[in-house]
Amino acid sequence: MKPWIPVLGCVLLLVSRFAFAIDSEPPFTNPVLEHRYEHLLQEIRCLQCMDENIANSDAPLAADFRRQIHAMVGEGESDAQIKRYMVQRYGDFVLYKPPLQANTWLLWGGPFLLLLLAFTAVALVIRRRSRLADQEQSSR
Amino acid sequence: MRRRLVFILPVLVLIALIGFFWRGLYLNPTLVTSPLIGKPVPDFSLPRLHDPKATFDQNRLKGRVSLVNVWATWCFACREEQQMLLNLAKQNVVPIYGLDYKDDRQSALRWLAERGNPYTAIAFDSTGNVAINWGVYGAPETFLIDQHGIIRYKYIGPITTEVIQRELLPRIHALRREGT
Repeated sequence: MKPWIPVLGCVLLLVSRFAFAIDSEPPFTNPVLEHRYEHLLQEIRCLQCMDENIANSDAPLAADFRRQIHAMVGEGESDAQIKRYMVQRYGDFVLYKPPLQANTWLLWGGPFLLLLLAFTAVALVIRRRSRLADQEQSSR
Repeated sequence: MRRRLVFILPVLVLIALIGFFWRGLYLNPTLVTSPLIGKPVPDFSLPRLHDPKATFDQNRLKGRVSLVNVWATWCFACREEQQMLLNLAKQNVVPIYGLDYKDDRQSALRWLAERGNPYTAIAFDSTGNVAINWGVYGAPETFLIDQHGIIRYKYIGPITTEVIQRELLPRIHALRREGT
């Protein structure tokens, strides 16, 4: 076997991810716009399929969302404006990453709260153990 | 006492979590309430299904309580729903406007000719752009619009006799009373 064949295979495999793209919108010639557009697709949820963003969904609604966002990016709207447009029509759920606001603080803070709780528990246990060890030593 | 708390607290936290997840199991994530409720219908202008030269816009939805039903011939649930809409239309309580969503004009016309047409007028949204502006994410969906053109209620999914009796008619009558 020629040594370059596996290398070529790897390269092809890497490149082939572009073949999985389902987006039918023409790419922007301006790479900044294209980057922003692709980033937005990652952040908007396909409401027809729930657990997919619109970059990865081939649902008809996702295609409509992509067309809408492509048009808005082309018209010079900012990321915040585009997200606001979607949220005003579909609610916060349309954002893949929930916004940090009054009704989501537990969602964002919850893990840290649990971590704090766990640390407190560990600290308590360690303190008690060391106290027990001290008592044992002093009773000896 | 403190020692007992160390054991009880994690159990309480676990029970609380189980409670949340248990409830989450029975929530339907597709029933997100529309943020457009209480807001005026978005501006739009679409060709009419039966007459492409005529337009249908938001002004048509002002002046009296009306329903706007999003439907399409490719939508399976719309088949059953159409019978319900025909019954409701016969009662003559409220005009039902149609938003034909991402459809083929010829199939839509044929469907209405064959199965009956419950709609007072139908806007034809071939691209689905107007539907996005209305926050639509599938067919069928039904909006209740008051006399000032404000969206007051939205029902997602096919309308049944029960939905008409329980959800739509009481709201329609309440809006009428509010308006007079």
